[in-house]
Amino acid sequence: MQYLKPASFEEAVAMAGEAHGDVRFLAGGTDLLVRMRMGAVPDVLIDLKHIPGVYDIERTENGGWRIGVAVPGAELTEHAGLRADWPGVVEAVGLIGSTQVQGRATPVGNLANASPAADSVPALIAAGAEVEVLGPGGRRRVAVGDIPAGPGRTRLAQGEVISALYLPPRAAHGGDAYQRFIPRTEMDIAVVGCAVSLSRDGNVITEARVALGAMAPTALMVEEAASALVGTTLGEEALEALSEAASAAGRPIDDKRGTAKFRRHVAGVLARRVALVAYERAGDAK
Amino acid sequence: MALDEGKDVKGGHDAREYDHQGPFRHVGTRPDRPDGVDKVTGRAHFGADAYAPGMLHAAILRSPHAHARILKIDTSRAEALEGVKAVVTRADFAEGLEGEDWNILENIMAGEKALYDGHAVAAVAATSKFIARDALALIEVEYEILPHVTDVDEAMQPGAPVIREGAAEPGLPEGMHPNVVRYHESGHGDVEAGFAEADLVIQRHFATEATHQGYIEPHACLAQMGPDGRGDLWCTTQGHWNVQKLCASLLGVEASAIRVTASEIGGGFGGKTTVFIEPVAMALARKSGRPVKLVMSREEVFRASGPTSSASMDVRIGMKKDGTMTAAEGTFRLQGGAFPYAPMEFTAMCAFACYDLKHVRQRGFDVMTNRPKQAAYRAPGSPMAAFAVESVVDELCQKLGLDPIEVRLKNAAREGTRASYGPTYPRIGLVETLEAARAHPHYSAPLGPNQGRGIACGFWFNYGGETSVTLALSMDGTVQIAVGTPDIGGSRASMALMAAEELGIPYEDIRVTIADTASLGFNEISHGSRVTYASGLAVIKAARDAKRKLIARAADKWGIDPEAVEWRDGAAWPAGDNAGSFEPLTIREICAEMGATGGPIAGHYEATPEGAGVSFATHIVDAELDPETGKVTILRYTVVQDAGKAVHPSYVEGQFQGGAAQGIGWALNEEYIYGEDGRLQNPGFLDYRIPVASDLPMIDTVIVEVPNPGHPYGVRGVGETSICPPLAAVANAVSNAAGVRLRQLPMRPARILEALEAQTDGEG
Repeated sequence: MQYLKPASFEEAVAMAGEAHGDVRFLAGGTDLLVRMRMGAVPDVLIDLKHIPGVYDIERTENGGWRIGVAVPGAELTEHAGLRADWPGVVEAVGLIGSTQVQGRATPVGNLANASPAADSVPALIAAGAEVEVLGPGGRRRVAVGDIPAGPGRTRLAQGEVISALYLPPRAAHGGDAYQRFIPRTEMDIAVVGCAVSLSRDGNVITEARVALGAMAPTALMVEEAASALVGTTLGEEALEALSEAASAAGRPIDDKRGTAKFRRHVAGVLARRVALVAYERAGDAK
Repeated sequence: MALDEGKDVKGGHDAREYDHQGPFRHVGTRPDRPDGVDKVTGRAHFGADAYAPGMLHAAILRSPHAHARILKIDTSRAEALEGVKAVVTRADFAEGLEGEDWNILENIMAGEKALYDGHAVAAVAATSKFIARDALALIEVEYEILPHVTDVDEAMQPGAPVIREGAAEPGLPEGMHPNVVRYHESGHGDVEAGFAEADLVIQRHFATEATHQGYIEPHACLAQMGPDGRGDLWCTTQGHWNVQKLCASLLGVEASAIRVTASEIGGGFGGKTTVFIEPVAMALARKSGRPVKLVMSREEVFRASGPTSSASMDVRIGMKKDGTMTAAEGTFRLQGGAFPYAPMEFTAMCAFACYDLKHVRQRGFDVMTNRPKQAAYRAPGSPMAAFAVESVVDELCQKLGLDPIEVRLKNAAREGTRASYGPTYPRIGLVETLEAARAHPHYSAPLGPNQGRGIACGFWFNYGGETSVTLALSMDGTVQIAVGTPDIGGSRASMALMAAEELGIPYEDIRVTIADTASLGFNEISHGSRVTYASGLAVIKAARDAKRKLIARAADKWGIDPEAVEWRDGAAWPAGDNAGSFEPLTIREICAEMGATGGPIAGHYEATPEGAGVSFATHIVDAELDPETGKVTILRYTVVQDAGKAVHPSYVEGQFQGGAAQGIGWALNEEYIYGEDGRLQNPGFLDYRIPVASDLPMIDTVIVEVPNPGHPYGVRGVGETSICPPLAAVANAVSNAAGVRLRQLPMRPARILEALEAQTDGEG
């Protein structure tokens, strides 16, 4: 295995372009190093942690946030500004792994690992987050939901690397939330994950985004669930419609973590619970 | 416990060892454990912490098939790989073995057939872990895949694939499938007459899935074997004499050819009472002439060590309106993998052991399936029995409107009760645990919505076994004790406390070491909750032996009879005025002169104590159910158990809490999940869900002390009984919260939702 330490993302892209065989980018390493210990050692390991800015969390000019690729969960969950703007994203990231793992694990890594059950991905999708991708073809911005292609696969082209994560500005009177279902209290993988981000005008929901994890090969935006919320004050009728739309979404599977039937049921239950939290947060927000 | 230990399950009523009722100066105190600093600083050496110059690393090739005939194994390409020093297959082990030795050999290295997913078929030793792993990929195995069966009920059906023809022992009922290999039946009275006396008879079917002990430390060893045919083995084990015996047998050498040293152990719970990798490492060491280190991965631990049995059970109990149990019967079918000796007789014998029954009958079936060979797991066989029986008792109480503790008290086994499995109980403590549970504030605390409370009792035999201890006195009067039972629960502290009690010296003056197999007489495994009982008894007797010798030296010096000398406060004293007037001689003074006064002083004890007192517990648990998702939260848990005499109360409480924690996992989420292909789906801690700390409340404990007549201080083993009631207690709590009975474990969320749904659809 060849270990490389680029000083810039441009250099990282160049290194990846020249490399042969299996090329992996290292940031937090909480998925990658575990796999390497199990014998899946890549031919080339490109360590992104030494590129300036990868540990930074910055306000963008439009009032959103730029998050470096090596920012670990622990930094995010302790960041007052992010917690105020995107509590749902922060709580989703904070669910990944143990306290020790939180010191290393990054949301960008969680996205690039492309697990359908990744906790941060539905929350980032609901938030409308984007990533900056650098590659031989130049620089582009991609919606988070367009990165995963299926379990363990992304839509990133050969030699492309994610160079930053962007959260949009939080709309006035907006709130987001994320919950997952696991049989335990922590240290587990979502049987279903659900994120809701919405904005309110008074008591009326003006816009909403609903995303589900572990209900399909990739995390899903559920348009029907979102439309069930918009224009309502989140009464019982809206919650019921939301719940039904969430249960109907995707194409869940039977596996060791749960049956498709159970996943559909829990998606409906979670959507309802998460929407209520997001609605409450939006009401409290300035 | 092994299965040939039937003579000991009498419960110790022959033994009259109880001779010290206190007051105690050391026993019952809570000093720090002697191994504590080593363990918290990382200095303790566990199985994988051993290294030797020139050491090779080994890896095992395992069958990906649940059941397959091995047509050919070609190891030539692996042997040709640079860095590979030895490859072994079944041909490298002893031939002509019989009985359990043959079963264990067949398990650690497949013969004609691979019998389960993960079954070892070959092993490699190489100069690095990576080369060893690469070499495995070069071994060519030709399999003929056979139909498989992993479910206990399916394995008994006509037409089920036969695991091994001719494995059945004599005495089976007519017409059984060849996979049914052993049968047990016991009880007394006329159950049908008993059921006729009942006002309500309930019969139910129950099922439990296989679970794993879940010890954090994987199996690991370092094996060496020189050209002189003498070897050394360092390994993590609960019983190194057993490892020695098995390795010698499987390699075809004398026992004394292999010296085994037990490392510190990172959990065993019964799962480290046998061998899985040790004979393989020894065979590789013998073939390569180099030290060989072999460490299982977590995946290997799940696939190829010894999980517990899964069970299919039917229980029928009759009760009068006043709560009197009139009769009970049960049928218990256990699969123990592709080998005999699933502990079904323990399941059957423990099932009704808590109750005084005039009419009782129990049957057990030992069934083979394409799964790994089961090993002991904390009171093997008993927790599932309690789950079935205590669930039916709870349902009877509910239907008859009776209090579950009052009903249990009414029917509880007491001193003089004829046990359901045969013997008559000596002094036992079930009633005392029930009374303490009834008096505990937990039992009367209010419950909220979606919450339920569960009560259950549990029983375990406990065990004595071959035990040998040496207590050596140093020239400065400090003491070094060699025991042969690996410390799996703070036993070094308990041994030191008992020796301090006898000798009247400070706890800190005593060092307890786990001796290797070349340094002490034979010792049974640390199992059957036997260590504090049997090794403790041996330490007390060895200390008394040393005391006699110390007294003799003092008597000699004073020129009086040893009978005129007594030992107290760490010194010899004249026993009375007519013994003469002498200044006391302290242990330090006597030891300082021991070379000149007759030579070194040591106390010894070698015996097979048979007075292990049976043990009972009563557990109370509150559970809350999320009716929308089926998720259960354990809110409160109280363990009440008879310890006989708690030598180190903190470690007794730790055993109580540990058993409860493991039982909660077994009840709620732990299970072996097999796919249609017969492969284990969840060989890792991500999807094999043991409870994490935040899943559990602080587990409250109440130590009841009803002395065991078979131990000088009244000690009963406590390690196993604590896992007997939790499956039932949690199931009763969840069933009471849900308003529907859960009779299949684990009670994972989807299963609870299905039960709630079936109730809504069905009974309305």
